[in-house]
Amino acid sequence: MSTAIEIRDLRKSFGHTQALDGLDLTVETGEVHGFLGPNGAGKTTTLRLLLGLLRADAGEMRLLGGDPWRDAVALHRRLAYVPGEVSLWPNLTGGEVIDLLGRLRGGLDPKRRRRYLEMFELDPRTKGRAYSKGNRQKVAVVAALASDVELLLLDEPTSGLDPLMEQIFRECVREERERGRTILLSSHILSEAEALCDRVSIIRAGRLVDSGSLDELRHLSRTTITARLSGAVDGLAHLPGVHDFTADGDHVRLTVDNTELASVLGLLSRGGVRSLTSNPPTLEELFLRHYRTDADRTAVPA
Amino acid sequence: MSTLTGTGALIRLALRRDRIRLPVWTAVFTAVTASSAAATTAVYPTTGDQQAAVDSINSVPALVALYGPVYAPTLGATSVFKLTAFGAALIALLMIFTAVRHTRAEEEAGRRELLGSAVTGRFAGLAAGVVVTSVSSLVLGFFSGAGLAAAGLPVAGSLAFGLGWAGAGLVFGGVAAVTAQLTKSARAASGLAVVALLAAYFLRAVADSAGPRWLSWASPIGWTQQVRPYAGDVWWVLVVPLLVTAALLVVAVALARVRDIDAGLLPDRAGPAHAGRSLRGAGGLAWRLNRANLAAWLAGYVLIGLVLGGLAGNVGKMLDSDGARALITALGGTQALENAFLAAEFSMAGVITAAYAITALVHLRGEERALRVEPLLATALDRRRLLAGYLLLAAVAPVVLLAALGVTAGLAYGIRTGSPGAEVTRLVGAALAQLPAVWVLAGLAAALFGFLARAVAFAWVALTAFLLLGEFGTLLKLDAWVLDLSPFTHSPKLPGASVQAAPLLWLTALGVVLVAAGVVAFRRRDVVG
Repeated sequence: MSTAIEIRDLRKSFGHTQALDGLDLTVETGEVHGFLGPNGAGKTTTLRLLLGLLRADAGEMRLLGGDPWRDAVALHRRLAYVPGEVSLWPNLTGGEVIDLLGRLRGGLDPKRRRRYLEMFELDPRTKGRAYSKGNRQKVAVVAALASDVELLLLDEPTSGLDPLMEQIFRECVREERERGRTILLSSHILSEAEALCDRVSIIRAGRLVDSGSLDELRHLSRTTITARLSGAVDGLAHLPGVHDFTADGDHVRLTVDNTELASVLGLLSRGGVRSLTSNPPTLEELFLRHYRTDADRTAVPA
Repeated sequence: MSTLTGTGALIRLALRRDRIRLPVWTAVFTAVTASSAAATTAVYPTTGDQQAAVDSINSVPALVALYGPVYAPTLGATSVFKLTAFGAALIALLMIFTAVRHTRAEEEAGRRELLGSAVTGRFAGLAAGVVVTSVSSLVLGFFSGAGLAAAGLPVAGSLAFGLGWAGAGLVFGGVAAVTAQLTKSARAASGLAVVALLAAYFLRAVADSAGPRWLSWASPIGWTQQVRPYAGDVWWVLVVPLLVTAALLVVAVALARVRDIDAGLLPDRAGPAHAGRSLRGAGGLAWRLNRANLAAWLAGYVLIGLVLGGLAGNVGKMLDSDGARALITALGGTQALENAFLAAEFSMAGVITAAYAITALVHLRGEERALRVEPLLATALDRRRLLAGYLLLAAVAPVVLLAALGVTAGLAYGIRTGSPGAEVTRLVGAALAQLPAVWVLAGLAAALFGFLARAVAFAWVALTAFLLLGEFGTLLKLDAWVLDLSPFTHSPKLPGASVQAAPLLWLTALGVVLVAAGVVAFRRRDVVG
């Protein structure tokens, strides 16, 4: 499998603000890659650097085998971009914008154009100024999908869509993945990334903090266990890998590092388990774990 | 909740945003009035000098058309003769942009909605815009008048002058409050108000030079003149702009009452579902976005050309004093006078055309700020091609505009002299001779766009400085090298003068170098919102 996007030690600052502080990111060809992080983490800056809109201060970037800054024009024929904040020309209709962007990219498929307009129930005759935020976003999404390109760079593409349209958007992403397209999906909607992405990269303050498939990330994380026991179990709280232990009568609740799961289950079964639920970490928990600041961590007694 | 709840907060917000802009303009206008008064005192120290100056100024219709007459042979009236109408128009322009900036522009950007959801009343935005515009008009007028008084002119006349200026600011702030309700885009709202301003200025120009005199009362700029500072100080005239402003505000509120937030009164129609053949590349887009605006400018130039050509034919005939007639004959006859009139007007047209060229680059910067350049450059579009569309507009549209001015002025003037063909050729050449200086300003705007995108509006400061140098530089007895800083100083005074190719060539070369530098810099910089 070849690499669609390869970023090493990327740095970019705006004045005194360090937007990217040594970012690494790898996106394999043919995968849907979730690019996760809270507002201001550097997601949009990374996409703009990949598009050659911004110039990197330092670091290496390869995009579809080329240099994003030097080969921008040639590379852009092979990709499409949906910006996070879609701003349309007030007196151009949605249809005109879709055609214009398609032509600038080197042509668009009229059949796909028609199909996506229908799927997203978008009226192409409306003037740009009259669209709602969600509909502006649909214009950008249709323009990107209608071009039939190798790589899609999507910056929080569903932030203005209603749940119904979000569902349709997810279908489209899955379809594109079936067709072997590579998709980099920046998002802070974790359920979306969980539903769509093969792999995710989590960034914080301009640096990569975690990357891998969801299974891999979960493996390195903790499972939450809630159990009702018939007898007392000693030493559970002090077992290696056990955190956040609370006991309320016969009710026990804890989180455990997945590597230590077996020993915890062994000890629990000795105490006589009456009921047990075990929840693998949601992406949300992974996410929060990375974003809990050091101050928060020290404030919570172990 | 009252419809005005939150107005105070919005006023504070507007003043916070304009905390540099408005004081700087106030300082500029105050400095111009004070230095102009000081310079005039030095040039015409005695009453006899002043009488002579008034006679000679009032006998040149070109000057009277451009600035208005001198109403009395006093030092004050002579000092402010160039400032009264012209400065009132500049202040009106400033207030139009200020009013639109705090009303329609806020709505268009979606910020009004953000505030509207907080505790602000329906008309709070409009009210805040109007208050800020009115107060700044009054403050600016007061300080400008104080500048004149400080230079030693009578206090009463200085106050009358300042209030006259404030009146123009008030009225056009009101006009902009109305146009801001009519259109959805801030650009169109300002454009509509500027058209009204141009019409007002031309009404008074016609009234002052060709007559009838009463026509001046139909123009808000005319009211500023009719206050006649230092020439009788007709205070009651100041009531007229106040009443008209009040009426305009009533209209604005009535319009605001019947429309929704973010909507204009002119409804949106559905457009084409597919892009036409012309909307192909970046150039096609630039043309599409600017063609309506350019058409409006072109219509204005055609109109102005016809008026100027018509007036030029009258210039010689309107001299009523025998002394002036003898003087003119000695200077080379009415032909020379008519040429001087056209040359003065054409050099002003050069400055205005440079303003058009600057707007083209400022527009591109606006597109960039509105995040509309980003999706274009994310396609297979070279940055040079994107910029080329706007550079073409900045360089070629002035050719079209000035040619149109020359053709129409030539026709109108030639019909009177009986040789339209020859006059068209001659005046087209004279108008086009302004182009190299226009291209320098276009180049400056392009270079700013490339190097310091956020500072592209500095081109306006440069243009204003060049305009003031041209208008007041000689009067202020500035050194030649200071005057030479303005490219317009080097434009030939056509028709009627000899032309040297050298300045035209190096002005053009300077424009080309600046454009090239801007293109190179734009390729290397970040695209920033």
